[in-house]
Amino acid sequence: MTTLTNDLKLLGSVRAPRGFADRLLAHVGMADSFARFNTVLGPVYVAWNRHGVSAAARMASADEFEDWFRKDVGRQLAPAPAPPDLAEKITDELHGRRRLRFDLRGLTPFEQAVLRKTLEIPRGEVRPYGWIAREIGHPAAVRAVGTALANNPIPYFIPCHRVVRTDGKIGNYGGGGPEAKRSILTMEGVQLTRLEDFAHHGYRYEGVRTTKVFCFPTCYHGRAARERNIVRFHDEAEARAAGYRPCKHCRPAAA
Amino acid sequence: MEASEKVFERMVNEHQDRIFALGFALTGNRHDAEEVAQDTFLRAYRALVTYPPERIRDLKQRAWLHRIALNVVRNRVRGVKPLLVELNGSEPDRSAGPEEDVMRRADMVDLAARVAGLPPRFREAVVLRHVQELSYEEAAAALGQPVGTVKANVHRGLKLLRGDDDDNSHE
Repeated sequence: MTTLTNDLKLLGSVRAPRGFADRLLAHVGMADSFARFNTVLGPVYVAWNRHGVSAAARMASADEFEDWFRKDVGRQLAPAPAPPDLAEKITDELHGRRRLRFDLRGLTPFEQAVLRKTLEIPRGEVRPYGWIAREIGHPAAVRAVGTALANNPIPYFIPCHRVVRTDGKIGNYGGGGPEAKRSILTMEGVQLTRLEDFAHHGYRYEGVRTTKVFCFPTCYHGRAARERNIVRFHDEAEARAAGYRPCKHCRPAAA
Repeated sequence: MEASEKVFERMVNEHQDRIFALGFALTGNRHDAEEVAQDTFLRAYRALVTYPPERIRDLKQRAWLHRIALNVVRNRVRGVKPLLVELNGSEPDRSAGPEEDVMRRADMVDLAARVAGLPPRFREAVVLRHVQELSYEEAAAALGQPVGTVKANVHRGLKLLRGDDDDNSHE
């Protein structure tokens, strides 16, 4: 009698499989799922939930990614097979076609504004930190913009690599340091040496003689002009004094 | 996160082992046990998000989850097997925790199979009382039966498990 009831009691000591709770929470949309994807940037770990893609990082192992996610994003995380269309969307997104939704919950409204503005920078172009600050209505918060971009939980997809220093230096990069930033920008078609040379000589804007419009040097409107029609400006006042107006596409100055 | 989701997260963490053990004792194998536990919590979640706060607060979670799990198992047995969603990344667990020792013991596996082989009414009563260690009152509430019925079913179930089911010959 006692043996049987003791054995039955022992039967009740089995425990749920490891990861059971996390998988369950992921299933009802309360925890994030993640998988590794092979991309043009090499293998990238991507986390997602029902609100969209929530994090991305190039890391050596799934464990490293999980640790980082739990600490930085602060939610539960479980490995999962990718939804059928996610790999394709990721590829498209990295080639400049907007397919993904992003989950920025957990970030401050300021950080969200910075990242959403960053999403507007087209592939192949760059903008200064100050441009983001001005565009989101906090023109003095340039350093805060830098911090928000450094903490971007979804680098590569939210293209914080397209934000550079006003003096033309590439600036640091949370997604793998300045070298990674250079290689991604080069892959996207930014002529870095031209850009750096331009800034090195103290220039900030390019104007086109025929249209009397001035742009950031990577703006595709300006790039269409012939080289002999391009003039260079050190600042906004110089451009305006020459009778140029700011480009409505890249908005190099408040219109 | 919404309040009901916080409650749910705590509920999962607190009761996952108990509900998994319940599924294991009722079905006799780990795979079905995980499906039962998964389905139990998914049903609990769907119910929870529709409940007003005071109902969530007053909920006797342990009894409630046991009742849901019993229904899950009964529905499976009836052949109305619910559409079980394969949980993302769900794989048989290979970690060797203390619980694994229990399941590696041949006599335990054998006992689980014997329990799972009992007729439902005896199996449910025995499992709630002796595996899950609910009181007779709790077990009766979870089963929706009178306490006397549960006691009788536990008694008969234990006899069957001991291979001593010839109830009348000794009395």
